[in-house]
Formats: sequence, structure tokens, C-alpha cells
Amino acid sequence: MSAETASGTSADLRPGWVTRLKRVPVTLLLAWTIVFIVLAWAALPSLFTGYSGTEGVPGEQLRPPSAEHVLGTDGLGRDVYARIVYGARHSLSGAFVAVTVGLILGTLLGLIAGARGGWTDVVIMRVVDSMLAVPSLLLSLSIIVLLGFGTINVAIAVGAVAIARFARLARSEVMRVRRSEYVEAAFGSGGTFWAVLYRHVLPNSLTSVIALAALQFGSAILAISTLGFLGYGAPPPTPEWGLLIAEGRNYLSRAWWLTAAPGLVVVLVVLSADRISKALGRTAP
Amino acid sequence: MTVTPLLQVNDLAIAYKTGDHEQRVVHGVSFSVAPGEVVALVGESGSGKTTTAQATLGLLAGNGRVESGTIQLNGTDITRWSQKRLDSIRGAVVSLIPQDPGSSLNPVRTIGSQLAEVLQIHKRGDRKAIQTRVTELLERVGLTPAEMRARQYPHELSGGMKQRVLIAIAVALNPALIVADEPTSALDVTVQRRILDLIDELRRESGTAVLLVTHDLGVAADRADRLVVLQNGRIQEQGPVKDMLAAPRSAYTRRLLADAPSLGKPRPARPGIETQDFAIEVTGLTHDFPVSGGETRSFRAVDDLSFKVRRGTTHAIVGESGSGKTTAIRSVVGFIKPTGGRILIDGVDLTTLKGEKLRQFRKHIQLVYQNPFGSLDPRQTIARIVEEPLLNFEPIPAADRARKVRDMLARVGLSESFLERQPRALSGGQRQRVAIARALVLDPRVLVLDEAVSALDVTVQAQILSLLDELQKTLGLTYLFVSHDLAVVRQISDTVSVMHKGRQVDGGPIETVFGRPDSAYTRELIDAIPGRGLPVLAVPPELPPRLSP
Repeated sequence: MSAETASGTSADLRPGWVTRLKRVPVTLLLAWTIVFIVLAWAALPSLFTGYSGTEGVPGEQLRPPSAEHVLGTDGLGRDVYARIVYGARHSLSGAFVAVTVGLILGTLLGLIAGARGGWTDVVIMRVVDSMLAVPSLLLSLSIIVLLGFGTINVAIAVGAVAIARFARLARSEVMRVRRSEYVEAAFGSGGTFWAVLYRHVLPNSLTSVIALAALQFGSAILAISTLGFLGYGAPPPTPEWGLLIAEGRNYLSRAWWLTAAPGLVVVLVVLSADRISKALGRTAP
Repeated sequence: MTVTPLLQVNDLAIAYKTGDHEQRVVHGVSFSVAPGEVVALVGESGSGKTTTAQATLGLLAGNGRVESGTIQLNGTDITRWSQKRLDSIRGAVVSLIPQDPGSSLNPVRTIGSQLAEVLQIHKRGDRKAIQTRVTELLERVGLTPAEMRARQYPHELSGGMKQRVLIAIAVALNPALIVADEPTSALDVTVQRRILDLIDELRRESGTAVLLVTHDLGVAADRADRLVVLQNGRIQEQGPVKDMLAAPRSAYTRRLLADAPSLGKPRPARPGIETQDFAIEVTGLTHDFPVSGGETRSFRAVDDLSFKVRRGTTHAIVGESGSGKTTAIRSVVGFIKPTGGRILIDGVDLTTLKGEKLRQFRKHIQLVYQNPFGSLDPRQTIARIVEEPLLNFEPIPAADRARKVRDMLARVGLSESFLERQPRALSGGQRQRVAIARALVLDPRVLVLDEAVSALDVTVQAQILSLLDELQKTLGLTYLFVSHDLAVVRQISDTVSVMHKGRQVDGGPIETVFGRPDSAYTRELIDAIPGRGLPVLAVPPELPPRLSP
């Protein structure tokens, strides 16, 4: 069956593929490139740098950027570029966990609220409203205080804050799809509530939710870095990006590259996620 | 022929740019409109009729371009005029009556100010003079009291009234030519007739020429002096209406004539159906909707509707928008609980069922929607859409399911190549076939069709109607057919209920209701069918087979 599909669609796609790639906006291409590089750092850091992310070289402390150390070294003689490369794994996995938590729980809550309606909707949405009412950093901090410190706990705390946003968006999308005729037709052909939800409502509401997930990925990296900077995240010497910035703060006047380099990487990744999210949102019908 | 034509279109070719390539949609179209004449551009959707009409006003969409040919207005070539230059003649010399009255007026301004706008743009007098002229125009198009109407906003008016406002705007400056793009397609038949009468009257008074764009050959035949039949961007035939209807030269015109429901013959009475038992029995169906702003107040959408349908026959419910016909059939298929009355389907009272029992019963009664674009999940393939109802009831093996889906698609005339396609790759008629296949895959006894052919072109409409007829014969189905179009109803149904403001004003066998209607309302509906009194086609056209094997 899959072979049939492939032969059926390839005829429509093939002539347009190259031209279509050419038509992708430069900024979007750049955004994807950045995301791919950072993902590669996280997957295979040793391919990108010969230095260790945690072990310093004695006598090489606080070297400015040079051919040997592209982004210089820190107070313990550790290569900053190596630390950023190794740190990608921590920051990205944290953001990934955070977005997954928010996406799954938030979409589920929004789906149930939007599809069920009535008092279920009222109860869920009032809880969501109260979550949105508390400043997100404060909420994350309170959750970390309950769960304890650590990379995963920070990720869960950031994800929990995102639940409310996902729930709101998913609910509005579900309510739009629920009113459509094909959903009524599905009930009319004998579909049970859950079957219709799974077959029609969920797939058709997901496009904007996925776009939000890409956007949230950027803000999750930012939030995790913030919490890392404040000392709630992974303990030193983990090369987490937020922690790198925090450690560099002590040398701000003497070694600007310690804060600037990881800061720039965070900014670039967040902007890329934002750009990709916009592109995903635009493909929505 | 010494008179210069008002509008002369010569060998016009128009292309739309999509992505990197240009697609030509109008190929070498030539026709002319003499002063005071009504010329109808007739064709199906995609025939290029609207594009041609837009080009005469210089209103092509941004990606459209006149490739070659000329458009002459009063002997002046306006094809290459700039938009700014065209502004000076639009409204004053040529004007437009747009297709959709619902979205053609600015919702945040009063209709008086929108009517005044066209007069201000072309500097016709001071404020006071314009005010007087606005009142005059509103009165002329039958919107009275004019002073009150001028202060109303579009949402306070019905569709027909909005169309009257648009007509008033179009005639405000006494243009020499009015382009009317499907001016009545979105309106009920009785309103349609009044609007067309109004355009006719205004035209006669001031000798304006009209270029009428329509898909309805009946409307064109009633109102136009000459017809231009378009298909796929090419002129198939043009000439005076009478000659063309009496002796159409092109096969396409013959086909359009044969498919136009208003010109068709009523369904012959079928012997033996009187002995069948009743598949649907509706008695005293009443439905109230609560009106916001009080528990006690409510609006009665359906009032004491009763009808019976024999097995294997078609019953039609006819009415204009707001007549309660949609509410009635939503009760019949069990989507809403009526306030009162009984609905017996095969002897089972649907109003007493709920929960799992109602779900199980849905197998026996299925609904086909009006809009084939909204009733199919855009993310599913055709195979999954048709298969879905089977998944909802007792499980059968995947191989059997696939076979059933293929059989059903073949039955509605779609080949197996459609199985893995998505709805957006299908035309309206093909989608409606898929919707019918989905409804029939459970072997229901009753099929409810909610305006199931209203959104389709006449030719496609005729195909779907003949498909429905064939399915009824082979499967012994009972149809409940809801429509606003009496002409279609006459072709397909055995019995009919006419609804007006929630009440049944007429009912019974089709010949009785059409021959001797009880109510004045039914008579008005019948009179409003466009294209009556036309010569019925003498030679039956040869048509290709409707269904692929």
C-alpha cells in the first residue's frame, strides 16, 4: 500500500522539489541550519571539539579567543567552545523534556476541555487560568522547590508552566474542529466519543499546537538557562548554557567571551526556534 | 449593423500565475454587448466566465493578466489602462453587481453612507443633493422607508435586501453597462425572482446593457437576449436565446440544456409503490429553540410537522432558508431531540433512544451534507473516510473492509485510483460521491440528503441525481431529500412537504402539489422556478455513460 502511495504522490512532488527548496526563505534555511548544528553538538560532541567540556588545561586560564581556543578559555582553563558544545546536550534535552511535558499534558487537558464542554471545561480552564495568572518564573521556582534541584526537575518545572499555554491553544482549536461538519458526520456514522476525538479532532487541531511547541522549545531553553543561571539547575561543573553564563559573570570585566559566547548561542537557538515555529504555523490550513 | 457595440471583447486570453508557471484560463474569447442588450455568460465553475467578466472591469485578481486581445468600451480600448484611469469609468460607465451580498458590504458603515460613497467619488453634487439621491435610489430598489434603511447596517438586512443595496450602488450613476456576476446564486428562489425582476425593470427604464454571468441556464434563458456559452475558457456557442434553445449547435450546450433541472421533466410515477409499508413516519414534530434573554421565551423553528414516507420512495422537504427544514431533518437523524412529536424509523421511535442504543441505530439512517468541502476530514484518505463507519460497528477483518470500500466506491462511480487520494484533490462532484459512499457503506435503510446537490454545477448535479436514482433502484433505499430547489425536487421525489416559517403549508404526491397547490406560498415557489415556458428539448441529447464500470 505504501508503494502505491509513493508512486501516486511522487509524480506530483518531483518536478517541484528543487525549485521548492530554492523558494524556502533564507532566514528559515539559516534557522534550520543552526538547529541542526546544535542538535549535532548534542548527539556527537566529540566530533566538533578535541577539548574536554569539564577538564581544564593548567596554565591556559582566561585566554582570549584565538586560533587555538576559538572562543577562549575560562578561569579553570576550560575551552569555552568545548563547554558550549558539550552543554548543548544538557540544555537541549532539558528543553525537549520541558516541551514534551507541556505538549502532552497541555494538549490532553485542552482536548478534554474543548471536546467535553460543560463543567469539565469550566473546571479545567479555571485551573489553567490560575496557572497563567502566576508569573512563569515564580511558578517554575515553586515547582523546583517541591521537586528538588537537577536538570530533569528544572525541565519538568519549565514544562509544567507551558501546560497552561498548550491547554488554551488546544482547546480553542478543538472547539473550532468540533463544530465542523465532518466531525458531526463521524458521530452520525456511529462513532463513539473517543474514536471521533482520536480520528478527527486530534489530527486536525494539532498543526497550531505543533507550531507552539517549536516556539516553546526556544523559550524553554531560555527558561532553563535562566534557572541554571540562578543556580537551580544542574550543579557545576556541568556545562549547561545558563550555568556557563552565570559562571562567566564573575569575569565580566576581564573576560567578556565567557558570557557573550554562550549568551549568543542561546539567543540564536531561541530565534531559530521562533522562525521555524512561524513557518510551521503558516502551513496550517 | 451600424451601431457601435457598447462592449466589444476581441480574442481575449487571460492567464493566472501560480507559482512559477502561468496557466491560461481564457482562450480567445470574443463577444459583444450592444447598448440596452442583456447578454448572458453561461458556464460551469472553472469555465472562465467570472474571469472574463472581471477583465471587462479591470478587476482581475493580482496574479491574473490579460495575455492578448482587446476589450473595447464604446470603441475605446481599455485593456491596457491603469487602475487609476479605470477608476474614472468604473461606477460611471461600467458597474458591478457582485456575487455574494453577504460579504460585499462594509459591515461597520451604514448602507446610506456606502451608497453615498459612489456618488462622492464621482463628485455628483453637494452633500444635500447626494442625500436626496440616496433616498431616491433606496426607494427605487424597493428598500422602504428609505430614510430608516439608510441608517441601517448590513447585518440588519436580509440577503435579498443587501443585494438590493448593491444594485442601488451599481445603478447610482446610470452606467451604460452593468456586469452582474451570479447576482442571485446565494438567494432563495422567490427572492431571486424579485431581484432579477428589479434588474430587468431598471434596465428597461434607463436602457442599460447587462452582462449577466450565471451558471443557471434557466435564469439566462429567462432574462437574456443573447447567450454566450463558455466551457474551459473557450466559447462553445453564442447567439440569440430563442435560436439557441430551439436548435443548440454544440454538444456542450445540448448537455447543459438536458441537465438544467428547471427544464427537466418530473419523475414518472412508479407503479407498485403504494403497497410498500412506511419507512419513515413523522407525527407532530415540533422544535423550540430557547431565545437568549429569558427562560420563558423561545422560538418555534418547526411547528407540528407530519409526513410519511413509503419504503423505496423519495420524500422531499422544500422550503427557503429559515423555514425550519434543516432543524426538522436534524431531528430525524437524531442529532437533536425535538421538543415534541414522534419520529418512527422502521417502527422504532427515534426520540426515545439515547446513548449506546442511539449510536447502534445510526447504522440504519445516514445523512449526506450540503457542502462536500466541509463534510470530509481533510486529513484522511478517501479509503479511510469510506471505511470509518465500518470501524464503528461490529469488527470485520481488514481484507473484508477493504473489499467493501472498493465495492462501494465502484458503486458511486469512482475508480480504485481514488482510494489513496485526499479530499482536496477531488472536485465537488467527486467529493459528494465519496460522501454518498460513506453514508451507504453501512447498508442503511434511510438516506437523508441535506441540499446534497445544491452546491454543485448543473451537469454534476444531474450526474449525482441519476446516481441517487440508480442506487435507490438497486438497493431499495428510502430517501428524505431536503432542498430549496423545486425544480430538482420535481425530478427526484415521489412525495413532498412544503415548509414555510416552520409550518407545513403543503404536502402530498408530487403531481398533486405541483399541479394543484393548496397554498399561495407553494404557487409562488413554483412560479419562481427560472426557465419555465421554455421549449422542451425535442431531440434527447446523446450523453456519455455516467458511470465508469
